[in-house]
Amino acid sequence: MNIAKLTKAYDGKTVVDGVSFDIPRGKVTSLIGPNGAGKSTVMGMISRLIARDAGEIGFEGRDLSAWKSRELAKKLAILTQHNNITMKLTVRELVAFGRFPYSGNRLTAQDNAMIDKAIAYMELGEFEHRFIDELSGGQRQRAYIAMVIAQDTEYVLLDEPTNNLDIYHASNMMRMVRRLCDELGKTVILVLHELNYAAFYSDYICAFKDGRIAKFGTVDEVMTRETLSSLYGVDFEIIRVHERPLSLFY
Amino acid sequence: MKKSLSTWILAGLLALASAASLFVGVTDIGIGDLAAGGMQLRIFLLSRIPRLLAILCTGAGMSVAGLIMQQLCMNKFVSPSTGATIQSAQFGILLSLVFIPGVGLWGRVMLAFAAAMLGTWAFVAFIQRIQYKNAALVPLVGIMFGNVLGGITNFIAYQSEVTQQLSSYFVGSFALVIRGNYELVFLAAPLIALAFIYANHFNIVGMGRDFSSNLGVKYGRVLLLGLSVSAAITASVVTVVGQISYIGLIIPNIVAMFRGDRIRGTLCDTALSGALFVLVADMIARTVIRPYELPIELIVGIIGSLLFIGMLFAKLGKPLIRLTRKEGTCHG
Repeated sequence: MNIAKLTKAYDGKTVVDGVSFDIPRGKVTSLIGPNGAGKSTVMGMISRLIARDAGEIGFEGRDLSAWKSRELAKKLAILTQHNNITMKLTVRELVAFGRFPYSGNRLTAQDNAMIDKAIAYMELGEFEHRFIDELSGGQRQRAYIAMVIAQDTEYVLLDEPTNNLDIYHASNMMRMVRRLCDELGKTVILVLHELNYAAFYSDYICAFKDGRIAKFGTVDEVMTRETLSSLYGVDFEIIRVHERPLSLFY
Repeated sequence: MKKSLSTWILAGLLALASAASLFVGVTDIGIGDLAAGGMQLRIFLLSRIPRLLAILCTGAGMSVAGLIMQQLCMNKFVSPSTGATIQSAQFGILLSLVFIPGVGLWGRVMLAFAAAMLGTWAFVAFIQRIQYKNAALVPLVGIMFGNVLGGITNFIAYQSEVTQQLSSYFVGSFALVIRGNYELVFLAAPLIALAFIYANHFNIVGMGRDFSSNLGVKYGRVLLLGLSVSAAITASVVTVVGQISYIGLIIPNIVAMFRGDRIRGTLCDTALSGALFVLVADMIARTVIRPYELPIELIVGIIGSLLFIGMLFAKLGKPLIRLTRKEGTCHG
């Protein structure tokens, strides 16, 4: 995915200003930055949920806007933080919607096999026929990921997936992100608030400030004292744990 | 599609009630009379069967219309009676009575449909713009909007002296259904079929704009389609039978309690339950003051409003209690 000169303004105020970068295939890329830096807006534009004002998003040789909605849904899945679905759907029914771009109304045997696989992969077998509104927050999150797995897309976009999760569920979530990439070969792009989750679980980090890219590179390239200090305006210490840079701030 | 046990039971009950309904009425008709032909057979063919079919289409249609509206608006309290659809359709009928009196049944239903569509659309656009924290506010806004429209309708009707004519569209009744003047309600059947085909689309749109985009479903287009189906069903029912309240609100909610919210799984049960409910209400309406008959709207209104109040308590009871407790600790 090649992003060039992406721009977006709300009410005359530019929130994303000429952002260009290439998202590495088959890797985990995290978008970080202070509030209002434009990272969620960029995420919205590359997942076609938000219309862009200018710029190009090349996706598999074509601009994103040239894709048919249904075809794109087989290549790119987006999970937003607003999963406040109040519907009484069972886990299996929710996961089955992931197959919608493929078979519409009639599920084939292959679709059912994919649904079974996704449910097993997320270890939701015992909750399969429970309603999602009866599950805990962490289980529900897993059900949504299972839907995305059933959707079988190469690109998975997650907008603040650790929001509202406690440390246990958030770190489980991040390990899951790693498995999506390492075991299922997916390209994962996520917006994260927690710097250290980005540092520990991603391959690349794209840091935003004031609607522009402050720094894009591998985790080691971005997680430096200078970059982070100027990004957030706070003093940082970088220590290394398990071969990974971790940031300390107070 | 796998039919579950509940669907078969409902279908069986509906068949029994339908058979019973055919033999309830001012004139006593037995199976033997039908074989003999004559007056009894004529009544049977001209009045009893049309009445039954109109009831089935009305009950099934209105409950499916409600189901679609609830799913699309993500609110369990939205329905043709609480989303201004019925009142808008009545407004359309008023316009036809005042401005083009000779328009005929089809012209009238087209106007009713256009008005129902516009009114519902305005209501949905309004509630989407203002995100209410409390789900119960949405139907209250709808009821208020509907009442304002109803007021305007009544005023114009009074000014143009069509109140008498219009009144039959306000109080639903099957008493005047005979062969030749009711076939329009059959529209409900293909519309329900359409709803079944697009059931998954409606479900996905009901989960929000982002969710729809992710699965490649065109949000605006499906929303428009769903509301059109609801408005068309409502318009045809209001034009032929008159106003029938609450069915679109009560029936889908009761069915969802048992069957969940996946439309594919609930649509059949919802349609059957709606038809059964109206059929039973109609039999009550026909028997309580025999040989006279009450308007069905009265029976449905009484049962429906009680169930609606019960539903409000059941759905909102828990959060309300939690809210007051939280406030209590704040002050303490």
